[in-house]
Amino acid sequence: MTSLRGKISIAGIGNTKRWDAPGRNAFDQLQEAAYLALEDCGLSMGDVDGLYCALSGSGLPILNVAERLGIAEQLRHADGTMVGGSSFLFHLRSAISALATGQCSVALVCYGSNQRSAGGKLASMPDPQPFEAPYAPRYPISSYSLVAARHMHEFGTRREDLANVALAARQWAQLNPAAFIRDQLSLQDVLAARMISDPISAADCCLVTDGGGALVLTRTEQARDLAKPLVPVLGTGIGITHRQISRMPSLVETGAKRSGAAALAEAGVTPEQIDHVMLYDAFTICTLLFLEDLGFCAKGDGGAFVSSGAIAPGGSLPVNTNGGGLSCNHPGMYGLFTLIESVEQLRGEAGERQINGVELALAHANGGVFSSQATAILGTAATL
Amino acid sequence: MCSSRSQVCDERFDGPGPEAQWQSHLEKGTFLIQNCHHCSHWQFPPVACCQHCGAATPELIPASGKATVYSSTTVRSRKGDYNVAIVELDEGPRMMSRIEDIEVDGVKIGMAVRASIRGNETPIVVFTPEEARP
Repeated sequence: MTSLRGKISIAGIGNTKRWDAPGRNAFDQLQEAAYLALEDCGLSMGDVDGLYCALSGSGLPILNVAERLGIAEQLRHADGTMVGGSSFLFHLRSAISALATGQCSVALVCYGSNQRSAGGKLASMPDPQPFEAPYAPRYPISSYSLVAARHMHEFGTRREDLANVALAARQWAQLNPAAFIRDQLSLQDVLAARMISDPISAADCCLVTDGGGALVLTRTEQARDLAKPLVPVLGTGIGITHRQISRMPSLVETGAKRSGAAALAEAGVTPEQIDHVMLYDAFTICTLLFLEDLGFCAKGDGGAFVSSGAIAPGGSLPVNTNGGGLSCNHPGMYGLFTLIESVEQLRGEAGERQINGVELALAHANGGVFSSQATAILGTAATL
Repeated sequence: MCSSRSQVCDERFDGPGPEAQWQSHLEKGTFLIQNCHHCSHWQFPPVACCQHCGAATPELIPASGKATVYSSTTVRSRKGDYNVAIVELDEGPRMMSRIEDIEVDGVKIGMAVRASIRGNETPIVVFTPEEARP
């Protein structure tokens, strides 16, 4: 089997940073981000022959997006896999295969949402769960609450540990002028927040924003000739465990264990070598579990690790440096933004929040209710 | 039944689907889970094949009803707080349910519970603490 390590690179990124944009629909956000990503690397819409997208409000995303972008008839490969917020890292893996085998040459991965301005609630596609719905869990919050409650039971994790995830995210957001919420936040504020589904309160939940993001991928030899510093994809992995939370094999271990191991193995690196980490923080408990399952701390130690200050600015492991889904943005499905921030850090474009000397970055995304996991390891030209 | 197509359909999958069968038994007062006649694997919710060995049409049989609370949350609602739990059945499978006949703050992980079918129009399987039983 051919190694795909470093064969494909992220050539361009686009981010609308329009987190509250009434009057724009999801496609407007997506199209602006796609334009910005192509402009970022010096390509144009006419070059795109691979399309990858998922949308909360569209069952036929590829058709809708291809038509609107005006690229329908030039497409040679497309994938609208929908596994929730991690879809875009699944798309990344699909695009890598298509690019590496010559099924396309310029891949566009893109997303847009107007979920904040369209009503402020998480837009979800019809996907009935007849064996859970009769018990009226708050979807998706109660599913994450059941995981947090079990983690507390098995490992003694405290609400303060979860709160420290939210505080670290806010401290990073204060260094990011594009973050949606940058107000001061204290431990008392978080612990006093309105309880929604024990032990998860409003302060443990991600933002509800609008937004659009996009990536342009090419084979690495082509990316070398494009406008921006090379960001090769060194490894990827996926892990699916369930759809309904009641079918999660263990409530304290996610598919990130499998997706992370696969991505790290392909990249040929260990967690200790990673300089920068993005973890999809839909809820504070997500960050704890992913730190454990990706190997940044031992199983059960996530709470103590976070409460030691490790992931906050100045800590030993920079995590969610844009402010994360908790404080930067969360337009329904956030996975693509973990890759965008990783690329900015690897290129040295992150301004006040820039981490010195980032050579290896890990981006991890979650979908459904801890149901689908996907991990990518990105590097600089020096890591090839 | 697939009678008009009996020559072309596989008869092992004839009749109502497993979810419909499960629902009609629940409406008659029986809580069923699936057991594979081939590898003895227990599973829930009911589906067309065994998720362990792949055998067709695992059997729907009455659950013992004995279970343990695996995790639990209290949903804070304007209409009142209520419990949502995942219970682990003694046979092995887990399911979402609600623990009743106890204050929401009294539900603890590890607590022994037993199944009960409640609700007239649309019956559902809930669980009650073992010690609260007469």
